[in-house]
Amino acid sequence: MHARADAADTTTPTWPDDIFATLQRFDVRQVPYVPDAGHSKLIQRVLGSSTMRGIPLTTEEEGVALLAGAWTGGQRGVLLMQSSGVGNCINMLSLIPILRFPFLTLVTMRGEWGEFNPWQVPMGSTTQGVLELSGVKVLRASNAAEVPAVLEAAAAQAYNALTPTAVLLSQRLIGAKVFTK
Amino acid sequence: MSKANLLDRRQVVSALLADRKDVVAIGGLGASTNDITAAGDHARNFYLWGGMGGAAMIGLGLALAQPKLPVLVITGDGEMLMGMGSLATIGLQKPSNLSIVVLDNEAYGETGGQTSHTSAAADLVGVARACGIADSRAISTMAEVEAFAKTIHDLSGGPRFANVKIDSANVERILPSRDGTYIVNRIRGDLGFQPI
Repeated sequence: MHARADAADTTTPTWPDDIFATLQRFDVRQVPYVPDAGHSKLIQRVLGSSTMRGIPLTTEEEGVALLAGAWTGGQRGVLLMQSSGVGNCINMLSLIPILRFPFLTLVTMRGEWGEFNPWQVPMGSTTQGVLELSGVKVLRASNAAEVPAVLEAAAAQAYNALTPTAVLLSQRLIGAKVFTK
Repeated sequence: MSKANLLDRRQVVSALLADRKDVVAIGGLGASTNDITAAGDHARNFYLWGGMGGAAMIGLGLALAQPKLPVLVITGDGEMLMGMGSLATIGLQKPSNLSIVVLDNEAYGETGGQTSHTSAAADLVGVARACGIADSRAISTMAEVEAFAKTIHDLSGGPRFANVKIDSANVERILPSRDGTYIVNRIRGDLGFQPI
């Protein structure tokens, strides 16, 4: 059903391992997520980790509030979601400047680069703008080679400088979803 | 709007926090945050003035980070309804040190007293139980409140959920700090964390 259109089909990507290694190095402990195919390998790594706790959410805004509580209790976290989920977070993002906790989110993009499903396009087109209007700095990774450096920069500014940061993992990186009968 | 035999919200919250020891208490947006203030300002009080629907999830994040501390979320029916999915998330994680109390006046008291879904149809105890929170109780007496207050300190019995039917009468506004960064850093400091 939900096969992927590019080389990611036949070779397992290693960039999710790069992300996992960076999160581990920054002592990330709580990993709330709403699943996305582009995050599936990273979620597997998190659920298999002894130091990180993967926390499935019913909606992405729960993750913003969870990270506020985690920080109050002394732990760092990262929110994994798809671009559609950014829209679900908007009001809860107001906690970030008010409570001033480290906020890092990794967003797999839909609605761009070879998208098949028109329903993904409106939110995918406004994802970056919504984040920026909400006070979250946006970085982007468009190919596997740049993932480690982008993640390193994002984690450093989020956790060391309390700069709310989103990394958009572009559809070009994760591969456009195709639908077959 | 007051009905006979419903509990007084301030008495309920006072009883919950009377012997609080090391409890971290989170007050949901609205009157609940004022109620925990009225019971006495405390370095481990987390006052919410926004982020409606987020109180239970803040509680979950704190409870997972600090499994040796009792974490108590006190919020209203409207705030809980907005974050109802978080009961499913909590039911899945099962943090044994987390307790959630809903002060249910069946109304949006801060915005003019419009009736909420719990006034006629929604049963939050049923929702919590169906989400996997086995210890979910409907409370209607002070004796039950006092019994629940004791269980909060049992770090192995949670998560637990209590819905307390309260009088919808408006009470005096006792306002906590509105400075979120101060509120969070005060709790962190009390837990022994240094500023970044």
